[in-house]
Amino acid sequence: MDLSPLRHAEGCVVTKTYRRKLDIGNGRVDLSHGAGGRAMAQLIADIFHTALDNDWLRQGNDQSVFEAPKGRMAMTTDAFVVSPLFFPGGDIGSLAVHGAVNDIAMSGAKPLYLSASFIIEEGFPLSDLARIAESMGAASRAAGVPVITGDTKVVERGKADGVFITTTGVGAVPEGLDLSGDKARPGDVLLVSGSIGDHGVAVMSKRENLEFDCEILSDSAALHGLVADMVAAAGAALRLMRDPTRGGLAATLNEIAQQSRVGFRIEEAAIPVKPEVAAACELLGLDPLNVANEGKLIAVVAPEAAPALLEAMRAHPLGRDAAIIGAAVEDERRFVQMTSSFGGARIVDWLAGEQLPRIC
Amino acid sequence: MKYVDEFRDGDLARGLARSLATSARDDREYRFMEFCGGHTHAISRYGLEDLLPPNIRMIHGPGCPVCVLPVGRIDAAIALARDPKVTLCTYADLMRVPASGGMSLIKAKAAGADIRMVYSTLDAIRIAEAEPSREVVFFAIGFETTTPPTALAIRLAAQKKLSNFSVFCNHVLTPAAMRAILAGEGEGVEIDGFVGPSHVSAVIGVRPYQFAAQQFNKPIVIAGFEPLDVMQSILMLVRQLNEGRCEVENQYGRAVTHEGNLKAQAEVADIFELRDSFEWRGLGEVPASALRLRAAYADYDAERRFGVTTPSAKDNPACECGAILRGAKRPHDCKLFGTVCTPETPMGSCMVSSEGACAAQWTYRRFDTQRVAS
Ligand code: SF4
Repeated sequence: MDLSPLRHAEGCVVTKTYRRKLDIGNGRVDLSHGAGGRAMAQLIADIFHTALDNDWLRQGNDQSVFEAPKGRMAMTTDAFVVSPLFFPGGDIGSLAVHGAVNDIAMSGAKPLYLSASFIIEEGFPLSDLARIAESMGAASRAAGVPVITGDTKVVERGKADGVFITTTGVGAVPEGLDLSGDKARPGDVLLVSGSIGDHGVAVMSKRENLEFDCEILSDSAALHGLVADMVAAAGAALRLMRDPTRGGLAATLNEIAQQSRVGFRIEEAAIPVKPEVAAACELLGLDPLNVANEGKLIAVVAPEAAPALLEAMRAHPLGRDAAIIGAAVEDERRFVQMTSSFGGARIVDWLAGEQLPRIC
Repeated sequence: MKYVDEFRDGDLARGLARSLATSARDDREYRFMEFCGGHTHAISRYGLEDLLPPNIRMIHGPGCPVCVLPVGRIDAAIALARDPKVTLCTYADLMRVPASGGMSLIKAKAAGADIRMVYSTLDAIRIAEAEPSREVVFFAIGFETTTPPTALAIRLAAQKKLSNFSVFCNHVLTPAAMRAILAGEGEGVEIDGFVGPSHVSAVIGVRPYQFAAQQFNKPIVIAGFEPLDVMQSILMLVRQLNEGRCEVENQYGRAVTHEGNLKAQAEVADIFELRDSFEWRGLGEVPASALRLRAAYADYDAERRFGVTTPSAKDNPACECGAILRGAKRPHDCKLFGTVCTPETPMGSCMVSSEGACAAQWTYRRFDTQRVAS
């Protein structure tokens, strides 16, 4: 079903007088909230429509119609299954907005619209659902990217883990820009926009069986503003950008090495890691390079444009701690190698299997 | 945080590297076994081998509890977990270790066995309390370091009169393994000294290693796990050899005392007793090298409770884990290394555990040794 409450809520049978107010404080999602009837219409109207309100949703159609700009478009989709749903510095709602916005932004595109699909487990507290929807609304307003269509399903208890959200985004790519993971060339410079591992550690610190004291907040943020400044500073010298989410910096660099058929050489001492994150990783036996981020990006740029790009990144609040961390090198084996702060070398590998339960 | 940074200072490391280069005599070789997988991991992760002069060679030892567990014990754990009333709790590292017939705990879990990953023994106790209708079995493995937490769990279970909790005990002893290696020395491995595991000594102290210096003439330095600890310990070993000394020295004075943790030792002694013999992957049967629950705690002993038998099972015949664990071969001497055997498709335990020698070589240093492109 769609996120179009008014058609159900006011267009036909359900009128305000007949409606018992949704008990958001104490109520829980039940199967009727996904059955396509009045209960569902009310859930959508009272929670999602209220939180995400905009002109498109208000039209109440099964789809939203919008003007398409000229030129090339970017599109992405991503499912969010984070556990726990609320974590220091964010929650699944804001994360689902930031994740889609960032995936669009990494192409250099300006994100325009989002869709959101919710799979909710029977028994889920309405108050938590409202909190998630509000956070999603706030994140989408702050980013200036509205959620213009959506979907809600309720599954039986035990068939999901609270709430899963899938967001899809579309955006418009500026003329003349063509970023892609296969464009890194030996000699290109590698930059990261700030400290790594914050999101993963913040989420892990709240895991039921892992709880530890830690002040770290998730870095979850929408990066399209930073990206716009970067595109302005480096233009066509930018080869590619990517947000190192699940799998962390290590997985992202390995992906790009494969796509571009190059190796990378990075310097451990140059990679920003917050001391608390390093300490938590130490405690858990993790490598910050493998830990997820939700508000950081890496960029590969032609060497002559690197200083200007770094300066532009540092001038933006989300790129304050940006740093040059290495370079692409010729290597037919496509290794990502790191010089340790000791001067010894080692490979930075993908994680084998999953070390810990999912975190993004 | 300063605490960690101090032991990872690049300048200090380079200073130590220079001291090592001047101390190591050109006319001889120095072959040191780092007993513990934690050290293997630190050496590979920080690229310490790049900082050692070529005549100092590190030999990886058997000190990874996941690697030394024989296949039969994992088969037994899988059989236990397949009992419909059993919930088997285990540390994540064990999940992917290959068992017989292409099985592993992670595959058994996917096939429906109730296997849960825990981070501590107390998580297993919590599960037993929360689910009284389940038989909760904690799959206990590890050296002297992890034995006290297992003892604590058994103590707690007894205090709480938990009747649905038991331990499948696979705790093994470091000094016994070191003795077995020294007794078999010459079978492809020659060792001039040991980098000893400090976490173990934090519990058992320094004394249990004295036999190696006294009876076998091998110096030992009990070393911390930070990269600088390892470098400094290697330097201490080089100096001992140069000066013709043979002692058990303690580099990790910030946590290890001569006597160790007497309280933990007493607790362990109260709950556990020595097994006559125990099979190690790579070393075979080693006398007096493992622990089991004393009769007084028989109620918490999964082996007695479920009549566990350890089927005799063979490793993959091409897998060289055994020789690698004895220090007789290096990971890339194995034909399977990096071809069919990688962390995603492990053929032997050394490729599974994050502390395993093959995994460390593959994950951090395969630019030295890789046969085929991945
Ligand atoms: S490479 Fe694999 S098969 Fe060979 S010794 Fe190591 S773990 Fe065993």
